[in-house]
Amino acid sequence: MNVVVCVKQIPDPAAPAALDPGTKNLVREGKLILDDSDAYGVEMALQLADAAGGGEVTLVSMAPNGETSGLRTALAMGAAKAILVSDPALAGTDALGTAKVLAAAIKRAEPDLILAATESSDGYTGTTPVQIAELLGLPSVTFAKKVEVTGSSVKVERQTEAGYDEVECSLPAVVTVTAGVVEPRYPSFKGIMAAKSKPVDTLTVADLGIDGGQVGVTGSRQEITDVAAAESRAAGEIVVDEGEGHLKVIEFLEQLKVL
Amino acid sequence: MSIAKIWVVAEVVDGAPTTTSLELASHARTLADTVEAVVWGGGAAAAGTLGEYGVTTVHDVGDLAGALPGSPVAAAIAQAISGGTGPNAVLLPATYDGRDIAGRLSAKIDRPVLTNVVDLTEADGALVSQHAIFGGTEILSARFAGDGTAIFVVRAKSFPAEASGGAPAAVSPLAAPDTGAANSARIVATHVEERTGPKLDEADVVVSGGRGLGEKEQYAMVEQLAGLLHGAAGASRAIVDAGWVPYSHQVGQTGKTVKPTVYLACGISGATQHMVGMKNSKTIVAINKDQDAPIFQVADLGIVGDVHKVVPALIQAIQARG
Repeated sequence: MNVVVCVKQIPDPAAPAALDPGTKNLVREGKLILDDSDAYGVEMALQLADAAGGGEVTLVSMAPNGETSGLRTALAMGAAKAILVSDPALAGTDALGTAKVLAAAIKRAEPDLILAATESSDGYTGTTPVQIAELLGLPSVTFAKKVEVTGSSVKVERQTEAGYDEVECSLPAVVTVTAGVVEPRYPSFKGIMAAKSKPVDTLTVADLGIDGGQVGVTGSRQEITDVAAAESRAAGEIVVDEGEGHLKVIEFLEQLKVL
Repeated sequence: MSIAKIWVVAEVVDGAPTTTSLELASHARTLADTVEAVVWGGGAAAAGTLGEYGVTTVHDVGDLAGALPGSPVAAAIAQAISGGTGPNAVLLPATYDGRDIAGRLSAKIDRPVLTNVVDLTEADGALVSQHAIFGGTEILSARFAGDGTAIFVVRAKSFPAEASGGAPAAVSPLAAPDTGAANSARIVATHVEERTGPKLDEADVVVSGGRGLGEKEQYAMVEQLAGLLHGAAGASRAIVDAGWVPYSHQVGQTGKTVKPTVYLACGISGATQHMVGMKNSKTIVAINKDQDAPIFQVADLGIVGDVHKVVPALIQAIQARG
């Protein structure tokens, strides 16, 4: 079974985030890393391919520059290869434009199953995987907490407001996985070494036959009009606990009539 | 100048529209001349309540017989739009199904979608959405360029649900075209997780735990404290990712938005991701050993201390009150 995992390389979430004052796009300078949320999809794909008795896991990603450090992390975990759509024209692409690019790249891999995170940790729009499914005419099951493939169908436990649903769906399909569904493996030293020589197929927007007007700032038909500081909360009382801290909490709850 | 027509995608559970659906309808009323709703089954049962909140027509796609709503509902809305009877804007709740419908609709009508909306205003005849970014420290405003239906996915509790006393809405069937393979996902079983006490996003008191608890077993004290305060137990993304608690407990950007009377954060540092989901709580109490933790910047009461000492002491003191 061949599985494609959509992965995103993002700025280190530990570093302070900022918007470019001119373009108001998220600043994506410096080293990019594999989005933590995507590690679950990669792990799930590796496990499913294993359970199916073989098949390849292919990463599909998009970046305005030729960044591959995040992809190497996922390759080191065990993915076989990667398709990276890299083009300066992609800077400022919105979620729908991203979906168009990724859908075209995914088509090339002819997968049985496409996995993605429910949303990225930097932009968290959370619609790209479903947009990809729609563009490819495929079914989708989002917010999977368990995924099982049997023959030509996939069974998913899908998170709901009240619990979860068991959902069955024919393949190929798009499935998004929530964090924590599996324990992502740490790349072994051997894996890290092997990843250096695994193929990363780098494509441009033109290679995919996508019109440049569909992506980048021109393709993005939404604009940021303003960024302003939010109303901040007034600073509260800070108490260092010396054995009596809980009494302050009790007092506070009493004032609110919670106790 | 206002917007001519807004459609609110309303989720109906056990015959009643969800609170978030009513929040969207209430706010849509302030922006548009006509507010209509889209449901998939249960239109007749929900028409009364939706009417009270300003909806004049309920477009009912009909029972989906176990199909996930993403594909059929989006196709039905898209068909109405291309047929000229659609709205100027569609508002959807930021729920599992709401996001699916929004994504499908966006690709179908080739219009972008703005998600994580926390406020929506009108300027020069167009809608402008507000988004809380960087943990809610900044508010970003955005709007769509060009013509076409605007799609907004709105976070829960962004607006108050206020009845306008309207008459029951008319119910009108909305045809969903066949979407073939895209509509092949079927719900074969539904599981409701037992939970005691109030729902996380409706509770008056929320007690949440984070990485500072140290290990999975320590989450029990968060649940115990929540129980004693007749509240709900929540969690930061870190411990959900670590598999300590189910995803349904997650408060934050990728989880639930809560606005309780008091939010008690135990061992939570206050990452951007978490703050968006709880920053608008009426009051916040934080217990954390790191005095520089960002959570203290939003706390009304901050206890700098060991969560393993303060929380058990708190539990004991509450139990002693009887």
